[in-house]
Amino acid sequence: MIARIIVTPKPVVNDPQGITVKQGLATLGFREVSDVRVGKYIELSLEGSSEHEARQRVEAMCKQLLANHVIEDYRFEIDKDGHRR
Amino acid sequence: MPSLAVVAMKFGVVVFPGTWSDRDCGWVVDQVVGAELSYLWHKDADLKGCDCVILPGGFAYGDYLRTGAVARFAPVMEKIGEFADRGGLVWGICNGFQVLCEAGLLPGALIRNASMEYRCQWTSLVVERTDLPFTSQCSEREVIRIPISHGEGSYFADPTTLSRLEQRGQVVFRYCSTDGRVTSNANPNGSLHNIAGIVNARGNVLGMMPHPERCAEAELGGTDGLKLFRSVAANAMKVLAS
Repeated sequence: MIARIIVTPKPVVNDPQGITVKQGLATLGFREVSDVRVGKYIELSLEGSSEHEARQRVEAMCKQLLANHVIEDYRFEIDKDGHRR
Repeated sequence: MPSLAVVAMKFGVVVFPGTWSDRDCGWVVDQVVGAELSYLWHKDADLKGCDCVILPGGFAYGDYLRTGAVARFAPVMEKIGEFADRGGLVWGICNGFQVLCEAGLLPGALIRNASMEYRCQWTSLVVERTDLPFTSQCSEREVIRIPISHGEGSYFADPTTLSRLEQRGQVVFRYCSTDGRVTSNANPNGSLHNIAGIVNARGNVLGMMPHPERCAEAELGGTDGLKLFRSVAANAMKVLAS
């Protein structure tokens, strides 16, 4: 089982990394980009639990360590038959 | 070298893998202030009878995932949490401030500098609290000069937390101009409300981004940092007794 987690800076949090990437894209001619937010992708391989249980466990992992609720949002998917990318 | 006064208090300086300001803090404690010093390894589950615990600067556990995110789970941190609950003095400097926020001992978080640059420079700070064990040797609204050295020192908190901090007077240091004006030009990293340092509601846990240990001797270009170390040395016992 694979969990794929995406952590992003909250909309209200200033993201200088995103602003810098946006400027870089504009320099390359991609002027249609109106906003860039840079986050993290975290992939976990999980063993021996049901999808329901995995969902609860990953939720707890995000709350306790993988994301900081003050500055970040997270979302994830559980892929029951998934393999590492 | 200044003459050593005998100070009957013990500082603990925490060392995580990746900490690099521990020896600078230790030097000020035992060579400049003349207090007792113990280094506390991150795996220690004992604070060795310290009266004040310093979490120094660096990149604890490589700052992997987020600054301070992994350090907060170190065995020594559990003891520091209990120590803070009992009113013990905990002082986080730079990376130590980030660790205290991640550990929930202080509110908010430190994010990337708005400029995207690592900033290593002198800053002026206005001292807004002088009734604390960390700042009692400063005068009211004194402007002190202390260097910063960080890439992720931009203080962030949600509006409710921020207004609570302001209402309760928990902002201890604010970046300012040399004449004490709190302006956006004087803000080196985009911190909300120019915040450079905050204290918990009880007044025994301080977090600050600037490095007082780097300006505690005239040879280093300034001695304002020494005021904070001397304040702690003079006041820690009183706080613990209360």
